[in-house]
This record gives sequence, structure tokens and C-alpha cells, in this order.
Amino acid sequence: MFAYIVRRLLYAIPILIGVNLLTFTLFFVVNSPDDMAVSQLGEKYVTPEAIDAWKRKNGYDKPLFVNAEATGAGAFTDTIFFTKSLKLFAFDFGRSESGRDITTDVSTRMWPSLAVALPSFVIGIWVNICVALMVVMFRATALDRWAVFVFVALMSISYLFYIIGGQYLVAKSWMLVPISGYDPEFQPWKFLILPVLVSVISGIGSGARWYRTLFLEEAGQDYVRTARAKGASEISILFKHILPNALIPILTGVVVLIPTLFMGSLLIESFFGIPGLGSYMLDAIRSQDFAIVRSMVFIGSILYIIGLILTDISYTWADPRVRLS
Amino acid sequence: MTAMDFKPVLLWSDVLVFLLVIALTLFFYRLRRDPQTRARWGRVFSSRLGMVTFTVIMVYVGIALLDSLHFRRALPTPEGVDTTEIFYDNKVTSVLDVLLDGMGERFERTYSAPFALQSFEKSNMKDEQGDMYRGYEDLRHAGQHLSHPEAKWLNVLELSATALAWGLLAAALVVGVQWILLRGSKHPWQASWAVQTVVICLGVWLVYLSHYYHVLGTDQGGADVAYQSIKGIRTGVLLGTLSTLVMLPIAVTLGVSAGYFKGWVDDVVQYLYTTLSSIPGILLIAASVLLFQVYIDLNPDYFAIGMEKADARFIALCFILGLTSWSSLCRLIRAETLKISQLGYVQAAHAFGVGHGRILGRHILPNVVHIILITFVLDFSALVLAEAVLSYIGVGIDPSMGSWGNMINGARSELSREPAVWWTLTGAFFFMFVLVLAANLFSDLVRDAFDPRSALGRSGT
Repeated sequence: MFAYIVRRLLYAIPILIGVNLLTFTLFFVVNSPDDMAVSQLGEKYVTPEAIDAWKRKNGYDKPLFVNAEATGAGAFTDTIFFTKSLKLFAFDFGRSESGRDITTDVSTRMWPSLAVALPSFVIGIWVNICVALMVVMFRATALDRWAVFVFVALMSISYLFYIIGGQYLVAKSWMLVPISGYDPEFQPWKFLILPVLVSVISGIGSGARWYRTLFLEEAGQDYVRTARAKGASEISILFKHILPNALIPILTGVVVLIPTLFMGSLLIESFFGIPGLGSYMLDAIRSQDFAIVRSMVFIGSILYIIGLILTDISYTWADPRVRLS
Repeated sequence: MTAMDFKPVLLWSDVLVFLLVIALTLFFYRLRRDPQTRARWGRVFSSRLGMVTFTVIMVYVGIALLDSLHFRRALPTPEGVDTTEIFYDNKVTSVLDVLLDGMGERFERTYSAPFALQSFEKSNMKDEQGDMYRGYEDLRHAGQHLSHPEAKWLNVLELSATALAWGLLAAALVVGVQWILLRGSKHPWQASWAVQTVVICLGVWLVYLSHYYHVLGTDQGGADVAYQSIKGIRTGVLLGTLSTLVMLPIAVTLGVSAGYFKGWVDDVVQYLYTTLSSIPGILLIAASVLLFQVYIDLNPDYFAIGMEKADARFIALCFILGLTSWSSLCRLIRAETLKISQLGYVQAAHAFGVGHGRILGRHILPNVVHIILITFVLDFSALVLAEAVLSYIGVGIDPSMGSWGNMINGARSELSREPAVWWTLTGAFFFMFVLVLAANLFSDLVRDAFDPRSALGRSGT
């Protein structure tokens, strides 16, 4: 088990290097620092001196890969690739284009993100499983068919409409909670209810439909027929036989998402004004702050790889037959 | 020189969409020859739901194609100028605009509610004595024919009845022709005809009434919301199909070769898609679109008219969406190919000394087609929804090109006004919801018919 995890971690390194190379190509080769300077400075103020000054200030005035002027190791360390890309591996994210320290920003902003994402995630899964189990109980009836239709209809509504509709009904018309904002000290739950509610409801369509398929697949298995033959009640078949067995496919889809919860949700956070990583990314995209986007890409990949490893470990816990080797 | 002169305009996305139509026609023509595939499609279309959803999708695709035939009108020669040279309007018109009969040219000053006669907001006006006062301005293009504003709703009813009569007549013609041709068919065409009747009646009603009222109101810039919603169809349909088209060759080539050749090819492909899927998709898309935007901004002389710039950005978006989303399909195809290449008939082909190309083409590819097909339909609805989100983030369709995402983005804070401006969102919601719902329901049917595993799952219950 331990050896397996170590091997998986080692396997993660080439992937992270790949991510690093890809972002580097995108941000520095396809789009040269000169282009970046022009778009950051704005068309009006573009002079060769201004571009050079901007590049020097942000540390883009070095060669891409090999610095011929420097001596020794400096030939490789005093380059854009080393200072901007490889330093990410040491979690040294540097400064954003507006001069703020990205590492500090990330570590303060991930907690509000988690405060929204974690409850949405847990309550969402719980609600989806409950709804799916209820539908499976009435399988092959008209109720089942209509439920599937409703799920598909819910899936067909854009996420934006859930947010806009939720804000309009709950916050504006019924005035139950504030429309947006966040305050970690003063009754944070008041600000969290609506975002969590919106995430949960918007996920029911696709979530419950997927769990229903998983449960139905299990319901067609031989052990279910055997259980029914020996006289087990439908309820106990559902909870004691189908649910535990359906856990394995559920885990594959779900565990991989847990680490990425830190990243928060772009849309929810920006609509509800929550100062998390999601709105951080959105602001970075809108102000074309590529230093932040680069760092967030790197963090996101690390979290995803951790999620993959966690998924494998959770298999052994859910299914004793699985041995990691 | 008449006003009917025009010059066709071929945008890159128009070329691509007509190529796509030809490719799909050929693909389905080939598939038709295979009896098993025919039986499966037969199952999709033997249900009423299949007929209804397919008809709805075809209506959207048809509108998108009509909206892809672009041209520029000739400008009338000014009086007293003696020249044989024809100048063309800078504005690009489509065949759909002509069919909608000027619906998009009736601008108001700003917001107005559906069927309203007056502006939504008060503005400064002058009375007969020339004194300024605040009041609701009369609209320029709504209710001009009315002598009394009180008679509005009665008039709407009258107009609707006329429009409905014309609509029913047109529908009777269209359905009648099909009825004569398809009388003996075993498929439930009645369901499709019902949808066609509803769509034709709605269309005629909308175009007819738009001469007298703004059926879905106007937005902040005074543009007709119903017109904008219809123009959004082309963007949604094209984005959904073109992106998948970009993604398919990559996913299929890599997936099949990874599953078939195994060894280092498999390792490389797995490495590629793990790397790609580990990057948060939205960030990758946003970064790529921003980089392309910088490129457009730095090279403005590549694009002659504004529409071409918007079109270039649109095609870039399709390519970026395609290039960043092939990993899940690739994974599915790789797994399926691994399974198939273990089967007896592939092993037998190997033993007979059949070459790799022939095995791939005759034994492997035809057996993964169902996965491609299901993904194509399923991704379509996901992409239509994604467009709205990308436009909100600011990396979607160019604002000058109509799209549902841009409509929502422009109207999202309007609900907080008092009273709320609800019609822009309603228009975008309705047109988008119908398309995505139809595509989702249709993809369910296709999957049930083509995926042996899900069919087994159903019979087991």
C-alpha cells in the first residue's frame, strides 16, 4: 500500500512537468512577453521603452530557456522558464501582475471557497442518493419514467439560471437571506445558505439520474434476485445489498472531486460575492493576470492528481477484494 | 440598379457548417447500408419521443443553416451621382433575416416590456407648449396602427387569430405533402407533424405580430428580444457541432491506436490525456481564448469587416473547446478498443495475416462508432450550456455576435430592478432550454438503442 502510494506520487511528477511545459508554451512561446506587455499597457502607451520597463518590473526581461550571458548554473536559472515555471514546483508562485503575493492570496482565499464548496458537496451527494433511491424503489413504473424526464429537464437548465432564479426568488422576493456577500465573523451561515442551496438543486438533475443508473445496474444482478428469493424485503434489498455495492462506482466519480473543492466555484462565488479562489480566478481572467492563471492551473493539477490517488485508496476501503499493487 | 442586388459573403464558420452537413449526410448514408444500424435507428424513431425531439433538433439546425447563408445588400446609388460601381452595405444579412421580415430592424430607444406601447423607463419629453416633463415615451414601432391604446389586447387577439389561420394553412400544406409521401410508414410520423404544426404556427405568429408589437419586448439597446433569441440559435448549434467535430479525429485516432497497439503508444496517449484532464478545464479554455484575443488585437488588419473578426474568435473558440475536451472520449474509445482487440475475430484476422490498417478499418472502427455517436449528441447539449457560462466569464462569443450567453450576461442584473426586467432572460431561457432538452432526451434514446450495456441494464429490471 505504502509502496503503491509512493509510486503513484512519482508518476505524478511527469504529469506536473507536462502541465508546466504546456502552460509555459501557452503563456510565453505562443504569446511572447512583448505581446503581454502591449495588452497590459494598453495600445496608447506602447513605446519600446515602456515595454522594456514593464518586462523588467515583472521579471520577463530574461531569455526563455538558456541565458548565454550568465555563467555556470546561472545560464539555466536566470531564465524565464526557471523563474516563472519551475519555481511553481517549490510552491513559489511569485507576484501577480498587480504586485500582490499570490501564495498569501491563495492561502487566505481558499477557506471561504471551502466553506461554500464542502457543504454543497456533502449535502448534494446525500440529496442525490436519497432521490435516486426513492426513484429506484418505484422502478419500471410511470413514476420512474416521469422522474427521469424531470431529471433531464433539470439538467437542461443552464447553471446561470439556477443562480439568477435563486437570487431573485429567495433573496429578492422573499427576502430571506442577503443577495450576496460574505463575512467570516458575523453569521457566515446566513451568506452561505443560498449558494449551497443553489448548488445542491442545480446538481439534482444530473446527479440523481447518474446514481439511478448505477443503482439499476446493481438491481439487475444475480445477488439481488437471490436476496429477493430468500424473502428479503424491498427496503432491505435496497439499503443492504444495492447501496453498498453501488458505492464503488459512486466513489470513482466522487472522491476525485474532493481535493478540487479547495478551488471553489467560479460562478457561485462571483454571483454571491464570496471572496474565494473561484472569484479570484475569475478576476484574474477578466483582468488578464496571467501570473495568477498560471499558478491556479498548477494548483488545480496537483489537487486533481491527489484526487486520483485518493480514489484508488478509497477502492480498497469500499471493496475489500481490491488490492493495490 | 435595384435594391435586390447583393453580394454573397462566405464566413469561415459558414464554410465549416456546410462541410459538416455534407459529412454527416455521407456518414448516415453509409450507416444506412448496415442492417444492424438501420434496426437501431428504427428503434430510436419508433418512439414518439424520438420523433418529437428529432424534429425539434432539425428545426433548430434548419434555422441555423438559413442563418448561415450570408450576403451584403447593395446600397442604393445616391441621387445625382453617376457611377456604375455598386457599393455594398457593411452590415451582413442572412437569409433568415429576410424570412423574419425586418424583425431585427425595428429598434426602440431602450427597454420596453412585451406588447408594450410605451417605453419602460421615464424620459424627458416636451408637451405641446414646449415645457419639459418626465413621462413614458411612445414606442416607435409598436402599436402605430392603433387608434385607441385601450383596444390593444383585443387587437392582439385579432392579429393572433389571423396569424394562426395563416399558420395552420401553411402547416396543412407542409404536413399534407409529407402525409402523401409517408402514409404507409410504420414510424409515428404523427408526432413529428404535430411538432411541425406547432412550430410553423408559432413562427408565423411571431413574424406577423412583430410588425405591430415587440412580442418579447426590447433590451437595453432597444433591440427586439425575440429576434436576438432566434439569432442565438446559429451560435448555439454551430458551437455544439463544430467543437465536437474538432475533437472527434483527435480522440478517435489516439484512442484507437492506444487500445490497439498498446505498449509505448498506449503509455504516451495515457500520459497525454491524464495531463490534459488534470488541468482545470475552464482555466485552460479561458487562457487560450485570452491569448487568441491578444493575437486578434495585435493583427487587426487580417479581418476586413467586423463580422469576420467576431467569426474568427468564434471559430477559435470552437477549436479551443475541441482541443481541450477530447480526453474523456479518448479514454472510452481506448477501453473499448482494448476489449475488442481481444475478441476472437480480431485474433483470427491477425492469424490470417491481415494488415493493421485493414483490421482497424474493418473490425475496430465500426465497433466504436456507437460511442462516437452517443458522445456527439451528448456533448452537443453540454456545449450549448457551456457557451452561456463562457460568455459570462468573458471568454465566450464576441459580444457583437448574437448568442444566448451574451443575452444572459447583459441581462443578469436586470432582475434586481424594480419592477424587474424579466423578458430578456425569459427569451434566452426558453430558446436554450427547448434545444438542450430535446438534445438530452434524444441522446438518451440513441444511447438506449446503441449501447448494448445500457440495454442489458434495462432488460434486467
